[in-house]
Formats: sequence, structure tokens, C-alpha cells
Amino acid sequence: MDAILRTENLCVEYRTRGLKSGTRPALKGLNLSVHAGEVVGFLGPNGAGKTTTINVLLGFIPPTNGAAYLFGIDVRQPIARQRIGYLPEMTYYYKFLTAEELLRFYARIFGLPHSEADRRIDVLLKLVELEPARKRLIKTYSKGMQQRVGIAQALINNPDLLILDEPTSGLDPLGRMKVREIIQRLKNEGKTVFFSSHELGEVETVCDRVAIINEGELKALGRVDDLVAQHRANLEQVFLNIIGYQPQPAL
Amino acid sequence: MNTIWALAGIVIKELYRRKDFYVLFVLTAVITIAAGSVRFFHDPNIVRYVKDLCLLLIWVSALLITIATAARQIPAERENRTIFPLLAKPVTRGQVILGKFFGCWLASGVALVVFYVFFAVTTGSREQYWPVADYLQAFLLQWIMLGVVTAMTLLGSIIFAAPSSTVTILFIVVAGILFLGRHLNTIAMHNPEPLRSVIYTIYFIIPHLELFDVRERLVNDWGLVNWLDCGLAALYAAAYAGLFLLLTWLAFRRKSLN
Repeated sequence: MDAILRTENLCVEYRTRGLKSGTRPALKGLNLSVHAGEVVGFLGPNGAGKTTTINVLLGFIPPTNGAAYLFGIDVRQPIARQRIGYLPEMTYYYKFLTAEELLRFYARIFGLPHSEADRRIDVLLKLVELEPARKRLIKTYSKGMQQRVGIAQALINNPDLLILDEPTSGLDPLGRMKVREIIQRLKNEGKTVFFSSHELGEVETVCDRVAIINEGELKALGRVDDLVAQHRANLEQVFLNIIGYQPQPAL
Repeated sequence: MNTIWALAGIVIKELYRRKDFYVLFVLTAVITIAAGSVRFFHDPNIVRYVKDLCLLLIWVSALLITIATAARQIPAERENRTIFPLLAKPVTRGQVILGKFFGCWLASGVALVVFYVFFAVTTGSREQYWPVADYLQAFLLQWIMLGVVTAMTLLGSIIFAAPSSTVTILFIVVAGILFLGRHLNTIAMHNPEPLRSVIYTIYFIIPHLELFDVRERLVNDWGLVNWLDCGLAALYAAAYAGLFLLLTWLAFRRKSLN
């Protein structure tokens, strides 16, 4: 089966600023593949390279070395993003628009016909439970509501692959549960989901496989059950072992 | 093209939902109506002078609206990070620049139409004289000039750090071109080498925005400029706008989004 998300020896180096200019590696030869219909959790401590990987996949930054492909197309070509949906970690949307206007704008970018756009907007606003607030400006929404607008915009083109960057970050337990339900529903519909997260419980619940990255290198990739069985510990322990966490001695 | 028009629509929507735009817009409209409709001792010289002032106000306001709008487009996308979900769609940076350009240019055109309509109605109702073709030509030439200014400002917004710096620098540059542009060759002749060559080079490089200024003709009722000349001026402006947009794209293409 062909991978719909694939990275080959992906390397990214950032230029460092300061007294001594140089480069700092953010990704060191990352090889990753995600197959159709999978839900893959992308785990790692802060600064491990999760967001950098997502930024390369979305074409925001070019790789220093190696390559990344979506549906077999190099991510540097805009057409590679035709069949994907992206939910950023924070709510980066035009706050002077209403939810309906925002979705219509993105529908236009994907070239959806007017009637199809209307239908998708209705369906999505119902899915994310924003139907009563569809005519309100986004700046008047709560954080949870803004995150749900984000989910709706990520689904406007009925994508085959969803890339979610910490989708439950900063949400209350109810908001988190709703996001989890939506991911679960997408999984049931056969969509492929690739998401970064710090919520190990959430990853354990919804993911088929997890990829653990640390200091720009892939440390583990496999089924949650297999990793747990292999390390004879829960996912949190597995994660801490893999990233090499050493508990501090008691003071 | 669909993406470009969708982006242009967002620029216009943002503009009419922002309060600061209305302040300048309403202020200019009110001053134009007030000044344009007042009769000062029935002296034609004073009437012409007031008309000239109204047109100057229209020029300054249109320039301010255009520069202020264009200067904040791309920096705001980066600062608010709305550029991320946008570029995660099948959208290129070139399309973002073109969408912003057309949005700002159309918005400045809408503001300009309203200003000219106010001006034409107030002066026309006072003088019972309606030189519609003259007004249309003045509007078109000014709008074409604003296209060059929009493209220049977008380039400035990529180069300079803050939108406020872009607005200040671009306003000074555009005002400088409008006031001094046509005199630069004369200034060059009165200077020794190598300053003469430097000034001449500037004279031949800068876009001569003053070519699009027909206020004097309008105030003194000197009639229309040949439409063929207007067409050539439009081509001249299109070449400069295209050049500035190309430079904007080259600067933005590899620019970090953070």
C-alpha cells in the first residue's frame, strides 16, 4: 500500500542568530510514512521537531535536505495540498469574518462550486455545533468555538488527509472530548489523520500508530499496543523511556 | 484566478469592517462637500482655489488610504499568523501577493469613486456645469497611479520591519515623486558630476506619478487629455506595477513566515 504521507531522510537546519551565527539542526534525516485510513499520533517533547515536520509537510519551510511527499507529490508544489486539511495549534483565522464567511472563503480557494460550498458549510457547521453562531464574527467566539471553526475549515474540501497540530491544546475537558469525537468520526469515515499532541491519553484512545520524535530524530514508530507490550509499561512510561528521561534524585 | 479574487474580497471586507478607514473616508467626503459647495464672494479665482484644495484633499486621502491599507496586508497576515492556514491550502505566495494587490487597488478605486462623485455633485450643482468625461478621466488616471503606489507599498511592506515605517517611508517617497519628480532633470543640469549622473539616473528610474495628475486641467477647465496618451500612461503604470509586484514576489518567496 502506498503511503499518502512520506518523508525521506528529511533534514531541516535553522540559522541561529546572535553573537555567533551558525546553524542548528531541527530535523535529522526523518523517515516517516502514513498510510490511507490510519490515525497516527506524532509525539515528542517541546522542541523535538514536530511543528518543523508539519511546517515542511505544508510547504511553509523548505527542507535543507531530503524530501517530503503528500499523495506522492513533492510538498513544495501547491497542488500537493489540494486533498489535505490543516488545523493549526492556535486559532489563526480572520477574526473580522463570520464562521460562514470564513468557510465560504476557503471553499472558494478550493474551487468548490457555490451549491457544493453551501452544502459543505451547512454540514460542517452542524458537525462542529456552530450552526446558531454562524453569522457572528469569529472575534466574539470563545477559544473552544474558534478551535471548532478551525476544524470546520480543515474539512471544507472533504480532505483525504488531515494534519492537526496539537488540536486539543488549551481546550477545556469538554472541548477536548468534542475534538476527540470528531477525530474518531473521521477515522470511522476512513480519513487519514496525522496529528501532533502532548495528550498521551488522547493518543492512546484514537491512534492506530504513534511516531515518537526527539531532538529531530525518529525514536519509535509503531502500533500503540505493540509499544506498550514491548516496554511493559503504559504509553506515558514508554514515551519517557524513549526520549531518555531520567528522573531527578530526591532533594 | 478564483483564489486571487477570493483574497481580494477578504481585503475589501476587512477594510469596510475597520473603523479607522471610515474616519478618513467620511472626513474627506464631508470636507469635499462643504468646501465644494461654498460660494466665496462669487469670485471665480477663489472658487477655483477651493476646487483645487478639494482635489488636493482627495489626492492626499486616496494616497493615505491606499498606502495604509497595502502596508499592513502581508505583515498582518504574518503577525496574526493567518498566513499559515492560508498557505496550507493550494495557494502560492505569488497568488497571495496578487490577491492583496487587487484587493487594495479595488478598495482604493471604490474610495476614489465616492470622493469624485461627492466632488462632481457639489461643484456641478453650484456651477450648473457637468464635465463628466473630465471627471472620469481624472478618476481613471488617479486610480491607475494608485495601482503603482499599491505595488510599491506591498514591496515596502516586505522590506521594512513595521507597517508604520512602510507608511511613513512610502508616503514621503510618493510625495517626493509627485512634487519633485518632474524637476529632477532640471536639478541635475545645475549640479556637477558625478551628482548630475546620480540625479539623472534617479529621474529615469522612478515612476513618474505626476504624469497622472490632471488636477490643474480640471480646475481651469482645459479639456480632456488625448485618450491615446492616457492609454500609453496606463501601459507605463502597468509596467511599473508589474515590476514592483515581481520584486515583491522575489522578496516574499523565500521569506520566513515567523
